[in-house]
Amino acid sequence: MELANIEKLVEKYLNAETSLQEETTLKNYFTAGNVAPHLQEYESMFNYFAIAKDETFTKTLKLETKNSKKSNFKWLSVAASVVLLLGVFVGKQQYDKNQQRKEAQIIYAQVSKGLELLSKNLKKGEQAVATLYTYENTVNKILK
Amino acid sequence: MNQSDFLKVVLPFKDKVFRLAKRLLVSTEEAEDATQELIFKLWRSKEKIADYKNVEAFAMTMTKNYCYDRLKSKQASNLTLIHSNYQEKETSLDKKLEYRDSVNQVHQLIEKLPEQQKVIIQLRDIEQYDFEEICKMVEMKPTAVRVALSRARKTIREELTKKHNYGVS
Repeated sequence: MELANIEKLVEKYLNAETSLQEETTLKNYFTAGNVAPHLQEYESMFNYFAIAKDETFTKTLKLETKNSKKSNFKWLSVAASVVLLLGVFVGKQQYDKNQQRKEAQIIYAQVSKGLELLSKNLKKGEQAVATLYTYENTVNKILK
Repeated sequence: MNQSDFLKVVLPFKDKVFRLAKRLLVSTEEAEDATQELIFKLWRSKEKIADYKNVEAFAMTMTKNYCYDRLKSKQASNLTLIHSNYQEKETSLDKKLEYRDSVNQVHQLIEKLPEQQKVIIQLRDIEQYDFEEICKMVEMKPTAVRVALSRARKTIREELTKKHNYGVS
């Protein structure tokens, strides 16, 4: 490629009017060595551009790690709802049991109160019967 | 779209995403994280990707926007990215060239450009996209892209000429 042509292309290049093809021509010229002295600054430019393109992303891409975190969250919510349900169920049972015990205690208290009353009255009756016996004894003594 | 289909679509341009991210974020580690994050974002929206005609252009736009956001949040927290703060892992870049000084100069000169020009120089001169694609990626009009590109190229050239004439500073 003759120098005049390159100079023309360089001018166009600076005005950002070159096509990709023309830029490749420039690139080939400037990276080949052998650059005219008055165009040397372009040599470092195009060499840099060529080198900069060689840099690559060397790490391995991770696609799954965060994804599994997401599904973990899903399973966590399932587990949480199961625990909640179980808790409500067990709680209800305990509450019912407690309620039954309370009722039983009330009934027990009522029954024992009734029985006490009965026994008191029975005792009164016994005393009456006892006096009756004493009375009968005395009567028998007199009659004899 | 399963994983292997997705990788088939994404792998060809993952290096381009990485290079653009690195151009903007400067440090290799940041760029690696950004690439990982972006590819993962694409993976999450893989159902939508099937509808896009040009996934690559979409990914580059995403990369650009993501990096801008990162830079903004960096500025907000008063952390600026300066190249000298980071050690380069890659030495291959230096090894390959005997003109490593002048080539490094170009790297630094590009770093000094405004972000928009950085992106456009990266997309055009390094990745060699055509103008139509670049317009889509940076969401700009063709004339604006050309003006920015021309400005960036001229700035780099002028600075290089200056250094050339006065000796390397």
